[in-house]
Order: sequence, then structure tokens, then C-alpha cells
Amino acid sequence: MISGQTRIHKGKKQCILLFFSLIILTTILFFTLPVFSLLLKITLEEFVSAILKPDVKSAIFLSLITATTATVIIVLIGTPLAFLNARVSYPCRNFVETLIDLPIVLPPSVAGLALLVLLGRRGLIGSYLNDIGIAIIFTTLAVIIAQVFVAGPLYIRQAKSAFAMVDPVYESAARTLGASPLKTFLKITVPLARTGLLSGVILSFARAIGEFGATIMVAGNLPGKTQTMPLAIYGLMQSDITASIALSIVLIGISCLILVLIRIISGRSA
Amino acid sequence: MLSAHLIKQLRDFQLDVDFTVHPGEVLVLLGENGAGKSTILNLLAGLLPLDDGRIILHGRSLFCSVSTVSCPPEDRRIGYVFQNYALFPHMTAFENIAFGLRMRKLSPDQIIANVRQILDDLGIAHLENEQVTTLSGGQRQRVALARALIIKPHLLLLDEPLAALDQRSREKIRIELREQLVKSNRPAILVTHSMKDARIIGDRVLVLAQGKVVWSGRPDELQPGSGIPLTRD
Repeated sequence: MISGQTRIHKGKKQCILLFFSLIILTTILFFTLPVFSLLLKITLEEFVSAILKPDVKSAIFLSLITATTATVIIVLIGTPLAFLNARVSYPCRNFVETLIDLPIVLPPSVAGLALLVLLGRRGLIGSYLNDIGIAIIFTTLAVIIAQVFVAGPLYIRQAKSAFAMVDPVYESAARTLGASPLKTFLKITVPLARTGLLSGVILSFARAIGEFGATIMVAGNLPGKTQTMPLAIYGLMQSDITASIALSIVLIGISCLILVLIRIISGRSA
Repeated sequence: MLSAHLIKQLRDFQLDVDFTVHPGEVLVLLGENGAGKSTILNLLAGLLPLDDGRIILHGRSLFCSVSTVSCPPEDRRIGYVFQNYALFPHMTAFENIAFGLRMRKLSPDQIIANVRQILDDLGIAHLENEQVTTLSGGQRQRVALARALIIKPHLLLLDEPLAALDQRSREKIRIELREQLVKSNRPAILVTHSMKDARIIGDRVLVLAQGKVVWSGRPDELQPGSGIPLTRD
């Protein structure tokens, strides 16, 4: 009787184990199979010859240049703002933070349209710029603006949390030892917040290099000028699927590298 | 010499204290939590703004509400040993102590010589290259004191410098600290909860309650239960 009950109990346990194993396996397959199917679709030779094509090369180059420039701009304008939001209590701070976060939840097509309406030839600012001979839409600058717009809030958010975690007593100690506010910021606050700041830089770079929706609306899909990797993947899909897959693999590689970097940084901070 | 009259409206009461500290003298601020002791140190160091009053240190006006002088913390030349020491966790003991000298743009040779000298004086030369996060409470206390003293401050502020230590270390470091403060021959203000700290380290005691001085005198005149809100040793 007892051994029968134990057998039933054991059987139940095995069923539950099997059920959860299936769920885990299905989930893993769901998320990884599409990526692996891309990797298995072309050979190494096809990959190499594809990424050496002029259009593909220029898309990779343009993506790296624009995403790096956008990240530098984001860090330069986002760091002081993040520090201000972390340290200074000013009227409407919550409202300002919500506004800055808006592009994170905004659909990319809406973000693109908004930038188009702002910077277009008849746009709110674009019309004035047009009068003095400056055109932004369908230029490399438009690509960078779109990337800053969608990726900037990610960095500002992360940097704010990083600064908020630095105990202000270290800054006070530095001030009494003769450091000016700027020196205190550079020598104490930034090094102590570096893990969070680096994560923010990596995340915003990842978002910028993968940006598609806003970019295609505001900058178009002009090879060598505004065609970044995600746009080239879309553009080449009809005419040269091998090149499109090769570019996707490059982006997967960059994404994996970013994930590894974030893991290393988190590990160090832990 | 330090001469200060500090007025600051805090959340529950107005802090209003007037005192003088002579070179080589250790003034102890005693009182319960929230009496305004640490606020006084922060006001003196320039980390909090004063509403009114004056601070004259070493013949120089650091703050004067009448002439609207307000010297920033970095120009006050006040050494501050914070509660829990506030050693920069991303630096070694050497780098922590050298920080104030680097801000004063001393040459690398001068910095090395000065830091090594003070490390020797405080008996912590062996900790030079240690990361401060790996140091014991007593070692961190010495590094914090070295960091505050190396800038040759005109005033030394110590906010419960023994609070983070265990009982055994406290007994030993209490006496050492008194010796170091006497040797430095600078006016010093020490905040503590401990009557024993006050007796051994201090030359004069101010007892604070609700931002006002309720008792002042020599440490040996301190009596528990005489209306002075004294706490643990």
C-alpha cells in the first residue's frame, strides 16, 4: 500500500518535471531558433563575400559611425541632466523625467513622424533652418538625430540611477579636501557611478545601432548616406537575401558582444 | 583659533550656538541624536548654508551674514573626519590620503614624501597600497585622520570617529586619537555620544539639546544624571 502510494507520488513528480522541462525547452527554442536559422542559412564563404559588397560595407560603416556619434552626444547632454535629476530637487522634476522617458514607450513610427514634423522642410524648426539653407531630413545628421531621440532616454535613466546610488558623503569629503564641484564630479562621482554609466552607454549604443522605424521615416533609406544596417537588411531582403542575412549576423554578433559586456560589468559591480 | 556664531533654522528647531576653540584645544559636542551636533560640523565645513552668524578661522572670515562673505568648502582649509570615514572606495589608502594634496597641485615627489611621512606618523605605512574597502575599522579611522591632517587644516572636525569601532579598538584608539590631536596643535571639534570619549579626548564640552547649548564646562565636571542627556560609552 505504502509502496503503491510512493510510486504514484514519484510518477506525479516526474510528470511535473516533464511539464516544466517542456515549457523551458519551448521557450528557449522560441527565442533562439529564429536566430540560429539565420546563422544556418548561409555558409562562411557566402557571409564573407556578402559583407565585402560595397552597399553592405557602407551600411556597417555608417551604422558604427552614426551609433557612436549618437552615443557620444547622448553621454555629453545626458550626463549633466541625469546628475541634476539625481541630486537636485527642482519644481516639476517628475514631469521632466516623464517627458524624457517618453521616447522609450513611443512607437518608432510615431517618433519618426514627430521628428519629421519638427525638422521637415515645413516643420516647426525645419522651416527656419530651410530659410538659412540647412536641410536635415534625408541626411546622415537625421539618422543621428533619430538615434539620439530613441536611445538617449535609456542612458539618462540608467545614469540617473547610477548617480543616485553614490553616497553624497563622498562628494562632501572631496569638497572639504579642496576639490571644486567639477573636480569632485570627475574624480569621485563619475568613478563611483562608472558601472551604471557604462551599462547606460552600452544599452543606448545597442538601441542606436538597431534603430529602424524613426530612422527610415526621418532619414529615408539612401545607400551610403542614410542606409544603416537595419535599413539595409530591409532594403536588401528583396534583391539580395544573402547580403541581408550577412548583415543580420553582424548585428547579432554586436548584440552578443553587448550582452557579454553588460554581464562582465554587472559581475564586476556585484 | 576658531570663533563661530551659527544660526540655522532646522525642521523642528532653530540652531543657535556661539563658541570659540583655541589652537590645540579639543571641543567636544555632546548630545542626543538630532540635537544639531553633526549639523554644526557641516555648517562649519561649508557643506550646509548658514542662515545667519559668522565663522572666523585663523583670522580669516569664512562666513559673515553682514558682509555676505561665504567661502566654499574647498577654500576653508578644514579637515573633516566623517562618521564611517567616507574613504573613497575606488582608491587605495595612499590615493585617499594624497587626494587633498593633488587638489592643491603639489608635485608628485612632494605628494609621495608627505603621504609617506603621515603614514609613518600614524603607524600605517604598511597599508599604503591597500584598497580601503579591505581595511579594518581602526585602520580606516587612521587613514581618514591622515587624509584630514595632511592638508594642514586650520580646524579639524571629527564626527563620531570611534562609533564604527568595536569596544576593544575604541579603548586603544581613543587614547591614540587624543595624542594625535594634541600633537597636531590645531583647534578640533569632536562630536560624540560617549561621555568617556568626551573625558579622554576633550578639553572642553558643550552639551546640546534642540540646537542650543544647555551645559558647558570641563570634561571632568560632567556628571551623568545631572540633566545632561548622555548616552552610551
